[in-house]
Order: sequence, then C-alpha cells, then structure tokens
Amino acid sequence: TPLAPPAETDLESKMNWGTFYAVISGVNRHSTGIGRIWLSVIFIFRILVLVVAAESVWGDEKSAFICNTQQPGCNSVCYDQFFPISHIRLWALQVILVSTPALLVAMHVAHRRHIDKKILKRMGRGSPKELENVKNQKFQITGALWWTYMISIIFRLLFEVAFLYIFYLIYPGFKMVRLVKCDSYPCPNTVDCFVSRPTEKTIFTVFMLAASGVCVLLNLAEVAYLIGRACRRYFAGSENESNPAWISQRMSSYRQNEINQLIADHSLKSKFGVAKKAPTEREDRCSAF
Amino acid sequence: MSWPALYAQLVGANRHSTSLGKIWLSVLFIFRVMVLMVAAETVWGDEQSDFVCNTLQPGCENVCYDQFFPVSHIRLWCLQLVFVAAPTLLVSMYVAYRNHGDKKKLLQISSRTGFLSSKSPEEELEALKRRRLPITGPLWWTYFISVVAKLLIEVGFMYALYVVYDGFQMPRLVQCDQWPCPNLVDCFISRPTEKTIFTVFMATASSICMVLNGAELAYLVTKAITRSLSRKDGRPTSREKTWRGTNERSPGSLRRCN
Repeated sequence: TPLAPPAETDLESKMNWGTFYAVISGVNRHSTGIGRIWLSVIFIFRILVLVVAAESVWGDEKSAFICNTQQPGCNSVCYDQFFPISHIRLWALQVILVSTPALLVAMHVAHRRHIDKKILKRMGRGSPKELENVKNQKFQITGALWWTYMISIIFRLLFEVAFLYIFYLIYPGFKMVRLVKCDSYPCPNTVDCFVSRPTEKTIFTVFMLAASGVCVLLNLAEVAYLIGRACRRYFAGSENESNPAWISQRMSSYRQNEINQLIADHSLKSKFGVAKKAPTEREDRCSAF
Repeated sequence: MSWPALYAQLVGANRHSTSLGKIWLSVLFIFRVMVLMVAAETVWGDEQSDFVCNTLQPGCENVCYDQFFPVSHIRLWCLQLVFVAAPTLLVSMYVAYRNHGDKKKLLQISSRTGFLSSKSPEEELEALKRRRLPITGPLWWTYFISVVAKLLIEVGFMYALYVVYDGFQMPRLVQCDQWPCPNLVDCFISRPTEKTIFTVFMATASSICMVLNGAELAYLVTKAITRSLSRKDGRPTSREKTWRGTNERSPGSLRRCN
C-alpha cells in the first residue's frame, strides 16, 4: 500500500545528510590534499548516490518480496531470514562511522586554537583582530596534530574494512539472487521466494563496494604521504636545530615580535626626540596580566 | 521533527559546556539523531502495515498490534532525545539571565564613568555577549543539575524500553488471543532482526552518553574541590579573574602608574 510518509522521510533524510555534510566538511581546511579528495569521494560517490539512487532501488524490498504461498507470515519470516539487515542501512551506518574520526582532528584543532588564544591574552595582545586571526589560522600538520590525524585515518581504515567484512559475512558475494528457497515456520514445506530488482541491486552493490575500495586506497595513500612527509621533515630538521615543541615555538615567535616592535619604537623615538613615553607603552606596563 | 532547529539551539548552549559536554553533543547528534532519521525510521516504517496475523478475522491484526506495541520504538527514542536535550536549555537560560544582569551593570557603570573606558559601549556589550563564562558558582550548580537530569532521563527511558519490550530483542512471532481473534493466532512481526540490530545500536549509543555524563559529573566535582582548595590558599578565583578581565578599569580601583 503506498503511503505518504516515504516522500517526507526522503526530504528529511536529505536534510539530515546535508547537516552532516556541513559538520564534516568543516574539517576540510585542516586536511591534506588526499584527505580532501577522500571527503569528496565520500560525499559524491557514496552519500549522494545512496540518497538519490540506491534508496529508491531498495525502497520496495519488503513489499515486493513475494513467496509462492498463501500462508500468512511466511513472507515476513523468509524476508527476515535472508535479509537480516538491509544493504542501505549497512551503507548508511558505514558512511556515518567512517566519517566520524575526522571530527577528532577538528576537536584537536579547536583545542590548539583555544591554547593559542590563551597565550595571546597572557601576552596582553587580546584585541579582537588578533583573536580573529587565530580563528582563521591554518595549522601545520606537525607534532601532536600529526599523531591525531594519523590515528583518525587508521580508525577510518579499520571501520571501512570492518564493514566490508561484515558485508561479506552477511551477504557472501556481491550478486543478488533472484530466487531464495525458504522453509522456516510457518511456511509449509519449502517455498520459493522472489527478490525484487535483483540486477539493479547487484549493480549498485558493485558500485558501492568499488567506492569503498577507492576510499580504502585513498586512506592508505594518505598514510604513506603523511609518513613520507614526517620522514622528510625529520631528515631536513636534523640538519638544522632540533624542532622545539609547538607551544614554545609560538611563544618565542611572539616574544621576537615584541622585541622587534620595541626596537622599532625606540628607533622612531630617537629619530624624533620624543621625551615623553608613548601612552600605549604605559598601558602595557599597567594592564592586568 | 525539526532536528536542525534543536541542533541550532543546543550548539548555542555548547559554548558554555565543558569539553566532555561538547563530545556528548556530537555523540548525541551523529550517532543517535542522525542514525534515527536516516536509518531507523525506514526500518520501522512498515511496522503496522506489515504486521500479519494468520487469520481472516477483521480487527484481529489491529488489536494484536496494539497489545504488543503500546508505543513504537521510534517514538520512544524521539521522546528520549527531546527530553535529554532539554536540560541544556536550562543552562542557556541561566547564561542569558546572567548576561542580562551584567549588561545592566555595564550600562550603569559606563553612564557613571563616562569617557574613562577605552572601548565604546557597543564593543563592551559585544565582548560581553561573546565571552565564555567560567563554570563557577550558580552556573556550576545549574550545569551540575542539568547533567544529573540528563543522566536520570536516559536511565529512565532505557528502563522503560526494557520493561515495555521485555529486553532488546524483537521476536519473529507473537501469539495473540485478544478478542476478536478466534482462539490463539500467530502474528508475524516485520524485519525483526534489523529492528534488534538497531535497538542494540541505540541502546549502546545511549550507554555511551550515560558514561560521558557520569564522567562530566566527576570532572565538575573534581574541579569544584580543587578550586575551593586553591581559594583557601588565597589565590584569586577564576570568577574574580574574569571580572577583572572584562572590566580592566573597575571604578573602585583607579590604578596609579608611574
């Protein structure tokens, strides 16, 4: 029986994927190039295809699953036996779980920004403009952020592989059969049950599995790229001084800026012979720390 | 159900949460609301239309469905999410009330002192709106009560689900003999395995949220204890530091500088 709700839930589910996209694509700024490609593949070839095409293919999976019997309940029971969880739901869960580790990186970046702001305030330069600069700053993937990023990629890989394995356990082989034979209670003897749109489902299954495979390859490439970059930085860095920790680097660069500023002010004063001290300097000395 | 509107409300309150509170909000929206909307609603979509009983007797299916499903899982979860999100709004209301009080004080001070402050009153008001309040004093109590309420609501709903449906597993077959069903009839539930999987998933997500709430309570209590110990040592509290920070020249103490 056709019902009105499916159209509403379709629109709502599009809206929800849209919100999800907004949340996840915020992480894009701090990703590597390969990370951005991965994100595009996820959204275009998996989520969009899922919402726009695959959901309508699987839409009538239960209503059009017909068994050659009049015994009430046999349809339900046989459907449940051969499809413990629908492909669509598995793929939706897979995409959600695979995209979530990217939020770890976003949380780490937010934490670093928070610390940056604290350092700025401690140094007495908490003007709104400086704080805005901190918000829009792009962080280098070094140090602790590198490790967070690496861990998030490894989790992504693990989730992808785990879901592919679960898929293989539940539905061995990617081909959707046309006919299944079922003899659970209350079906009398063995009955033939027919699956709706098996070929179309096979095509989409192959497509989604291929997209998963591409994502796995992209993740592996990203791991290799990050490791390569870290090695290169380590070897280039060992020729110079050893890299100090990120925080002490920040504070020393701010102090250097302050020293430069003081020298510039002093040289200006000596040029123009100003006897009184500039009001900003007095404020700096008196302001609360 | 307009989940994006709820999300917008909660994200506003998020600024004043602890980090655990922010993680809790993400878990709530990604693993519970999203999964509910995107997946679970389609699984339960045909729960009544595909509830089939082995009888031709009219009305028997309706009656048996009503007996075994007094309230649908989906509705229970929607209610749970709405109730669990509500205590956060308590915190936003308190913050709005505080900001209102502080704004009044600020306007009084700036009208009295006139040109002494370096920033214009609009800038000060903006800074007031954008600042992040430290979780101390009455805000601490409000926050604490909201987290306790969230925890109790989660536990309550989990228990209700367990009691109404006798565990988290959905059977394939139920036997029903309500009037007008003749004798005992077999009734078959649609997609029981998929429903069990999603029930377990939502129960797990709920437990993770409960653990996060418990951790947040422990964190709040620890922070309060360390703060009261450091106050005994004579160091200024962070509330006093905030007041000094947003009002660098408080009228009572015009500082003398060389």
